[in-house]
Amino acid sequence: MGVGIEVVNLNAWYGSNHTLQDINLNIPANHATALIGPSGCGKSTFVRCINRMHETNPIARATGTVRIGEIDIYKDAKPVEIRRRVGMVFQRPNPFPTMSIYDNVAAGLKLNGYTNRRSLDEIVERSLKNSALWDEVKDDLKKKSGASLSGGQQQRLCIARALAVDPEVLLMDEPASALDPVSTSKIEDLIFQLKSQYTIVIVTHNMQQAARVAEKTGFFLNGRMVEFDSTHKIFTNPSDKRTEDYITGRFG
Amino acid sequence: MRTVADHTVTTLAILATVIVVAPLIAIFIYLLYMGASSLNLDFFIKVPKPVGEAGGGMANAILGSGILLAIASIIGVPIGIGAGIFLAEFGRGGKLAQAIRFTADVLNGVPSIVMGLAAYALIVAPKIPFLPFTGHFSAVSGGIALGFMMIPTVCRTTEEMLLMVPHAIREAALGLGVPNWRSVLSITVKTASPGIITGCMLAFARVAGETAPLVFTALGNNFWSTNLNQPIAALPLQIYVYALSPYDDWHRLAWAGSLVLIVLIVLAVSLVRFVTSRGVLKGAS
Repeated sequence: MGVGIEVVNLNAWYGSNHTLQDINLNIPANHATALIGPSGCGKSTFVRCINRMHETNPIARATGTVRIGEIDIYKDAKPVEIRRRVGMVFQRPNPFPTMSIYDNVAAGLKLNGYTNRRSLDEIVERSLKNSALWDEVKDDLKKKSGASLSGGQQQRLCIARALAVDPEVLLMDEPASALDPVSTSKIEDLIFQLKSQYTIVIVTHNMQQAARVAEKTGFFLNGRMVEFDSTHKIFTNPSDKRTEDYITGRFG
Repeated sequence: MRTVADHTVTTLAILATVIVVAPLIAIFIYLLYMGASSLNLDFFIKVPKPVGEAGGGMANAILGSGILLAIASIIGVPIGIGAGIFLAEFGRGGKLAQAIRFTADVLNGVPSIVMGLAAYALIVAPKIPFLPFTGHFSAVSGGIALGFMMIPTVCRTTEEMLLMVPHAIREAALGLGVPNWRSVLSITVKTASPGIITGCMLAFARVAGETAPLVFTALGNNFWSTNLNQPIAALPLQIYVYALSPYDDWHRLAWAGSLVLIVLIVLAVSLVRFVTSRGVLKGAS
């Protein structure tokens, strides 16, 4: 089951560049939350702060409090533990090219020392079914490389890989922006199904996509969160002038 | 105009390819011509005969080269790969990494005879307690000299191949909660392994033909010997001695030895490629 995320006074820097300023919000459990905003507004940095991927860049740092369920991730846990609880899907599909489809899905478990073959088989099958890829790959699980799949399939493989470690939160950083419309709609269907089991945060440039998949939407601009509300309200009756300008296409 | 340019570039590229490949083929044909006639079973199973006696082979030198290269690889490959991993993944822009990178580049440029002299001065001439191969010429010191010659090539190719692994793949591993060291060993190095293996093969092929470092370390041996603490024969050494001799049958043996050396290197490289290419999946880049 998913858990809620509580963010209090989050600030983040890349070198001397203050990319996130005083972010406060509550992301509800078992819902999809969309983050929109123009390029460079800090929404990707924000999701990377939720699983502490931000700090893998040596010049980056972050301050503030992020609570996932009961855990204050910057105080109570190591980054690797957080990343197992908070899965991430990246903008470009990034399967491990030397691994089979099976090994790609099992990678998170295997590399963390999990070796029970039988339950691995089950987890791989369940994860691929959850990411709607099972029927397309079940005959080539161990024969084909993850890199041999099409772009859309690769992205669903990456989703399966993230699901296999049984996270509570799934972060998606523009998961469909490198995909064609058919693959995009498959990913969106998937998000719709997955949010009953996981808390999903999706960064997107595509406002229709946000409107289609998310219950809540946050609008970011220049490193600040301008508005956070139900998706319906953001797109029909935003309270901030800048949000309205952005969604009506006046800038960005 | 565009077709003319296109044809010109294509022709130049083909010409360049021919110029690259021609000497290799020429050398091989000449070696076959000069050496093949002296190749017989004796060459592979007999040791050299004393001056004046006909026949004899280079079995001891073939074995000796194998032993020397095995020792060299045991030293050069792990140290080189380890240093390369450090440079690419952990040291990055640090001072230590820069110093290592500079040292490796200088080491790569050191003439092989200097490597041999250094090995002679450090481990062949002085008797070091508890190291039975020191104090005299020995197979181990020859292997060490060759191994240290492999390190810079292996190290720098490993580093370059690791740096070519896309950042997205490292992020994918870290995003799964895999510790950094595990991600480096199981994901980054594995992804770069075809290139790393090529680097090792290049280094291996280069030292396989080295003569100068062995003159001061392994020395050579006219008898069958597998004792690692004693002087040992090697194909390049044997070729060198035979080619400089005044005897016609030794010259022929030297040609045959050269042919065998090249064929063995090609076989070893192909074998490693074959073994490591098995298990590569369909569609893996």
